Amino acid sequence: MTKQEYAQWTQEESPKSKGPMNILKAFVFGGGICAIGQLLVFFYQSRGAGELGFVFASLSLVVLSAVLTGLNVYDNIAKHAGAGTLVPITGFANSMVSAAMEFKTEGYILGLGAKMFSIAGPVIVYGVSASVIYGIILVLFG
Amino acid sequence: MDLFLLLKAFLVGGIICAIGQVLIDYTKLTPARILVSYVVLGVILGGIGLYQPLIDFAGAGATIPLTGFGATLAKGVREAVSSDGLFGAFTGGLTASAGGITVAIIAALLAGLLCKSSEKS
Repeated sequence: MTKQEYAQWTQEESPKSKGPMNILKAFVFGGGICAIGQLLVFFYQSRGAGELGFVFASLSLVVLSAVLTGLNVYDNIAKHAGAGTLVPITGFANSMVSAAMEFKTEGYILGLGAKMFSIAGPVIVYGVSASVIYGIILVLFG
Repeated sequence: MDLFLLLKAFLVGGIICAIGQVLIDYTKLTPARILVSYVVLGVILGGIGLYQPLIDFAGAGATIPLTGFGATLAKGVREAVSSDGLFGAFTGGLTASAGGITVAIIAALLAGLLCKSSEKS
């Protein structure tokens, strides 16, 4: 089957899930992940982390996401949660971990090493570039 | 524990994710483009000083979504520029986000080495 035929086939086979239910699920799962993050912030701040509590909470969620992705749990949740598991930092980590696992078969350098950045790479490229532009604006007009 | 803050984190984080779902369902934006847009939006909102008030209001509800990653980049650049000038514009972003990126890289490497992908396409 050609690429177009395949694209059409997947289009027809995949359930047309759009609408309020999808958005509600993204809201609940995304909000839930952020609430877990806030609980972690409370925990770290109770241990005297101060403002760093936010950083530690993010790092903890990255590790948690990596473990759940490694156990093939995160992607099953993501099927229901959509953007709810994509937009939080856990989704960023999941994109790297799942790609690393999937493309290991293509080798450790150009498979695992390169493909883990197929989504995270552009995020870093455009995020950092935007921040450099902001910095230059600050230097010129700040 | 501040239960009200926890609720606000849930609501604000949920709304930010729900907006992402609307973009996926009703525009041609792919997940990768949405993540890129969210980060750049976070840099812009952080740069013009609108994101910190949201963090003050909603805590992790604002820092955990990827817009918070963008705001971290902007904050890092602002601090680095104020101490190092123009050089800071090039170091601040990655310096501030180094922890998150490095942990994600190590996690992906370990999972890639240790775990098997279940779904075969």
